[in-house]
Amino acid sequence: MSTSHDGTLLDVRGLTVRFPTSDGVVQAVSDVSFSLSRGETLGVVGESGSGKSVSNLAIMGLLNRQRTAISGQVEFMGRDLLTLPPDDLRHIRGKDIAMVFQDPFACLHPMYRVGAQIAEAVTAHQDVSKDAAWARAVELLDHVGIPNAKSRARDYPHQFSGGMRQRAMIAMALVHNPSILICDEPTTALDVTVQAQIIELIEEVKREFDIGVILVTHDLGVVAETANAVMVMYAGRIMEYGPARQIFEQPQHPYTWGLLDSMPSIERRLTALVPIEGSPPSLLAPPPGCPFHPRCRYRFEPCPVDRPPLVSPLPEAHPDACHLAWDEKVREGAKRSVTRLGDAA
Amino acid sequence: MSANGNLVEVENLTKRFAVKQGVFARGKTEVHAVEGINLTVRRGETLGIVGESGCGKSTTARLMLRLLDLTAGTVRFDGTDISTMSQRALRPLRREMQMIFQDPYSSLNPRKTVGQIVGAPFAIHGQKGAKTRVQELLETVGLSPEHYNRYPHEFSGGQRQRIGVARALALSPKLIVCDEPVSALDVSIQAQILNLLRNLQRDFNLTYVFISHDLSVIRQIADRIAVMYLGKIVELGDSESIYEHPKHPYTAALLSAVPRATSGGRERIVLSGDVPSPVDPPAACVFHPRCPRFHEGQCDVETPQLRELATGQSAACHYPLEKWPMTDDEIRQAEGAERVDRPHLEGTAHEL
Repeated sequence: MSTSHDGTLLDVRGLTVRFPTSDGVVQAVSDVSFSLSRGETLGVVGESGSGKSVSNLAIMGLLNRQRTAISGQVEFMGRDLLTLPPDDLRHIRGKDIAMVFQDPFACLHPMYRVGAQIAEAVTAHQDVSKDAAWARAVELLDHVGIPNAKSRARDYPHQFSGGMRQRAMIAMALVHNPSILICDEPTTALDVTVQAQIIELIEEVKREFDIGVILVTHDLGVVAETANAVMVMYAGRIMEYGPARQIFEQPQHPYTWGLLDSMPSIERRLTALVPIEGSPPSLLAPPPGCPFHPRCRYRFEPCPVDRPPLVSPLPEAHPDACHLAWDEKVREGAKRSVTRLGDAA
Repeated sequence: MSANGNLVEVENLTKRFAVKQGVFARGKTEVHAVEGINLTVRRGETLGIVGESGCGKSTTARLMLRLLDLTAGTVRFDGTDISTMSQRALRPLRREMQMIFQDPYSSLNPRKTVGQIVGAPFAIHGQKGAKTRVQELLETVGLSPEHYNRYPHEFSGGQRQRIGVARALALSPKLIVCDEPVSALDVSIQAQILNLLRNLQRDFNLTYVFISHDLSVIRQIADRIAVMYLGKIVELGDSESIYEHPKHPYTAALLSAVPRATSGGRERIVLSGDVPSPVDPPAACVFHPRCPRFHEGQCDVETPQLRELATGQSAACHYPLEKWPMTDDEIRQAEGAERVDRPHLEGTAHEL
């Protein structure tokens, strides 16, 4: 979270996304606010259905405006993307804000050469010759670490491995030197050794192009290694939002505690994992009050009644949405780390 | 009943799949899915099989259960050689071996009720009084007996996986093969299922073969692990020894590649390139094209055998790691001999 105003690339205020369905209105994202600066990686974590992907699709203008009700503000370079006419938005999307999706198998057209697909991305926003576009495609493939880029550009996607396809997707996203790169579960479909390569590549790209990265993932390990700031989402709402170091070392929200405690550790065998009981709520009828209260071990009287606002409990702490008193959080947080470490065999 | 403590004994297990190549399918080639594996599964233990996609871990498990026919080798289950047994002759043994699948959405028939799904093993093996047994099973796995008449779509992913566990438990098997049972689940639900599997093992004295690509999950559940790469076991041994002191460079690279949610610097070995094609696996040591300790003239000529390097820990490597963790230089300079320069491997380790 940057305090400097000039470095801010993206400022999202009160983003809310509703989908009318035959069963009722699904409120997938509720009142989400955050900002992103140059050189920053914002990690967005949460389980399936927490609204992490939908909020990014809304920012990118990739949700059907007729069938979704989106409110709030998404300010990019002084312009609100939510009210921008579709034609103007098209000049920003894919150019200034680029996106890398989870499944590199589904995102490349199987019948066109990889180089041609990247070249097409070049000509989409730039009036250049076909040859120049192809040359740019080869240059970018080389840049993201595809060996023999010149000949591999003529390959079809099925000739690429999963990791190479994801590299090609990143190359395509970089075509117009974007300011923001949104990565939606970029490594989920990849093996762990390839995942490590892609994480390194995203970090390199961020430094080199001086861009802001939004990294959406369910993998807390990936976030811990790359993000500067972390936003923890549950049932479409932000539960906790702060510097990565604080989120992992002094998490303040019981949901974050639950997430961290249920993660199997590679460093030691735990006597028992501590799962979060129950399952995430339906967004058709979210529970009243705090959306996490039915699964929360620390709930008390106000939780099912009042929804806690996202505020900093203390000036030096980061904002969280929880009714627990600060002293209690400190006490429970300390107890928690003792229990977990005490598991060391 | 075999006298020793092994429930499954696998010798020289090999499976090759024929694939057609080319438009006219003239060139017949083979995928070397599993190549000469030796393995035992002890009674009451959890054997974890780890490796990246395509390394042959699922094929190995399916061969153990004879869900696939062997190309070569033998499998002994509970003292009986089942490698060439007919499916009919195998049927009575089938109730002793069960499987839990990865995808709780596609492994349950959407048109059958939970009662029918979990009761199916009883029907197949002609056992009566299934309904009460099914309701007991549902309670055992943390579901309610009232769920008997519901359909799979009424359940969440975690609950569906519990249904799959109940079905596997139905005939009180000795062995359960869990093929990526928690990979499709969110982390909070994953922990619920892992705890359930651990408790069931304790209560019913089960033996698990647990397949996963997730090294953290394997650490929580497995007593011993087999690390596979391109159809071969590269390292085998007690889970704790392997996690604390990996001997094979591939195991070390895998362990160091896992992102961690805890702070603290460590070295990461980033392997270059991808896993080679199992149609034409590299000669000798299958890992040599990606290995930071590659020694020309040995690793690409002589196949390393799985040998015991510490008590209860074997690795198939000519230059096993002397210690762990290691720096980049130490990894490259095995026994004083610096590896031949391979430009694409430069900068393999990074300080985090």
